[in-house]
Amino acid sequence: MNGELQAFFEQNGYSPQAAAVASGLALALLSAVMLLGLLFVNSIFFVWLERKVAGRIQDRLGPTRVGGKFGWLQTIADGIKLLFKEDLIPQKADGLLFRLAPYLTFAGVYAAFIALPFAQGWVAYGSASGALSIGVLFVLAMLSTEVFGILLAGYGSGSKWALFGGMREAAQMVSYEVPLALSVLVPVIATGSMDLGHIAREQQGWFWEWFLFRDPFTFLAFWVYFICAIASCKRAPFDLAEAESELVAGFHTEYSGIRWLFFFLAEYSAMFAVSGLAVILFFGGWHLGLPFWTFFATGPELSQVLAWPHPVLSLGNVVNALVFLLKCYLLVFVQMWIRWTLPRLRIDQVMMTCLKYLLPIACFLLLGISLWEVFLRSLVGPYCKATLATLVVGSLTITLIQIWRSPASQPPTLEVAVPWNPTRPPSIPQPKA
Amino acid sequence: MTLVAVLFWILAGFTALSALAVTFTTRIVRSAVWLLFTLAGTAGLFFLLGAEFLGAAQLLIYVGGTMVLVIFGVMLTASHPASSLQTNIAEWSLALSVGVLLYAVLCVVLFSVPAVTDAPEETSRSLLASKYLGSALLGNSSATPAAWLTGFPSEKPLPRTRVHYLLPFEIVSIHLLVVLVGAAYLARAKRRPETKP
Amino acid sequence: MIPLLAEATSSGWITPIGLHHYLFLAAFLLVCGLVCMMAKRNAIGVLMGVELVLNAAAINFVAFARYNRTFELEGQIFALFVIVMAAAEAAVALAIVLSFYHQHHTVDVDNARELKG
Repeated sequence: MNGELQAFFEQNGYSPQAAAVASGLALALLSAVMLLGLLFVNSIFFVWLERKVAGRIQDRLGPTRVGGKFGWLQTIADGIKLLFKEDLIPQKADGLLFRLAPYLTFAGVYAAFIALPFAQGWVAYGSASGALSIGVLFVLAMLSTEVFGILLAGYGSGSKWALFGGMREAAQMVSYEVPLALSVLVPVIATGSMDLGHIAREQQGWFWEWFLFRDPFTFLAFWVYFICAIASCKRAPFDLAEAESELVAGFHTEYSGIRWLFFFLAEYSAMFAVSGLAVILFFGGWHLGLPFWTFFATGPELSQVLAWPHPVLSLGNVVNALVFLLKCYLLVFVQMWIRWTLPRLRIDQVMMTCLKYLLPIACFLLLGISLWEVFLRSLVGPYCKATLATLVVGSLTITLIQIWRSPASQPPTLEVAVPWNPTRPPSIPQPKA
Repeated sequence: MTLVAVLFWILAGFTALSALAVTFTTRIVRSAVWLLFTLAGTAGLFFLLGAEFLGAAQLLIYVGGTMVLVIFGVMLTASHPASSLQTNIAEWSLALSVGVLLYAVLCVVLFSVPAVTDAPEETSRSLLASKYLGSALLGNSSATPAAWLTGFPSEKPLPRTRVHYLLPFEIVSIHLLVVLVGAAYLARAKRRPETKP
Repeated sequence: MIPLLAEATSSGWITPIGLHHYLFLAAFLLVCGLVCMMAKRNAIGVLMGVELVLNAAAINFVAFARYNRTFELEGQIFALFVIVMAAAEAAVALAIVLSFYHQHHTVDVDNARELKG
């Protein structure tokens, strides 16, 4: 696409050098705007989803008024409300840092999407053959720059609650980066490459090719990664920084309006980024898990249809991108589900979980995957895959069947002795004299 | 004026201005923020030079680690915000004159370095992939390109041999362990009574 | 503006980006770090100067790795070690500064005069 754009600019009177510069800048701008649009739309959807999930788990309905029966436009209404809020900066706040912090936080998370591929060749920096060669390290590095924005927000607010929240949050995020990076190294060792496109391509085929089922160490690595990801997104049960019952609102106490919106944009984008990384590393990336391109195609017709109109911008890739987004949304839904189910951990419990449990487990997994790759993979690889896949799918099926058959999922029947007559109020027992 | 040149001037300007701001800001937290931008600009320059692994490592280690440490140190040792430690004019003028002199000397030296630019067709290329870095660090020298044995310029070129960096890698890991223990010990909470000033 | 700059380059007025550009930038960062180390009274300000100097050295290493094929591996390895060592040194320096703060209740380096003759 770079060549075609350059030719377009050259035809309009730019010299070859200027055309090269202009086409490079135009492509970068296009990727940036598309990613920004995706993040905004995602955040709008996630805010609505969070409120619905929260409502349903708490046995109520969630937003039902704005925009029809399901409250589709609730987030838009919230956004408009936030636009009109007063822009308040506390007197003791450091003006520059207070204003800079939300954008710094969001910029760190936004930059992580440069290396995240959504389908074969659909990546902001990369080609059809692969994404950034050190994609995993890049995503981790960008997600770790979010900490600084939180610290500046806490310090720049000029209030002690914000400062405590910010420092606790920074300590938590920085501590959880270590087992996060170690558990992310496990699929990297399994593949031998840090290129996210390459890692996703290794998992094509049936769903038991996914790294989740590959060997027990990547299986456990997913759980360690997911817990560390929830902690690094400061979601419950690790949400000491925004603990409403303890610190008013933690590091974003003094923020209102659009600045607050940027913090939540950053949080939901971080959730999406870590879910995307989990999907690529463990859940097969953009592959459906049922290779029906090859399974149902009796001839090359289906693969030709799916490769139309362009090798990269093809129908097959559109389906792949939708599958990827669906898997990401599923993981984000699981994160929200966990948030509204589990109680919050204390700060010492948070640190203990990281340093005493997750870090040794992650080190053990790193050792295990190295030994597995050297010795055991050729011996027991396929059997392990089959066993793990059967276990996971089997337990998931049994759980779903039990939920469907449980008494709690049937609607309650109401037995009334005396049917209530709407014209006559029910009799109220008189108090004894 | 290729894209590389545009990006270089933007990144270099950003880095240089942030470095100036680090030096001349009075408030220490703002100085830390400008240092963060300088380090991020340096990481961008690493990406521009094609050293992608180094750029990501710089961001992860420096921005995500060292700067958080520095900011924590600043916040834990904060005095009253109004009393920022100011340096007087005499010390500033001495420092600036030494700085300008040093920069002049360095520029004179740099002009003696033979100018190297790229061939026109390769204005941007990646440096060695991270797998070669990893092979070198793990001692597998057969996967890495041959290097000069010493840096001494000589009339007849020395034979190229393969080197690896396993020993420095191990030393650095032991060093980091020692630093971890030492820093934790040095910064422990002390329970002795207050000493007289 | 882009066509204008392209014209200036093709006429030889602006040279393409080469080794010297990076070396001058690294020298500038070094000097800024040195001035910071000399002029700041806050101990953590001095530490920030040290970080600037180390970054300048790392840029130098990587620039030489890029523009000289001989040092393609060494430049990156050295820069990597510089980054890692700088992080370790920052940790120790901050531990010392915190220890100093416990004792003197200030981080003013002008107060470190116990060994003054």
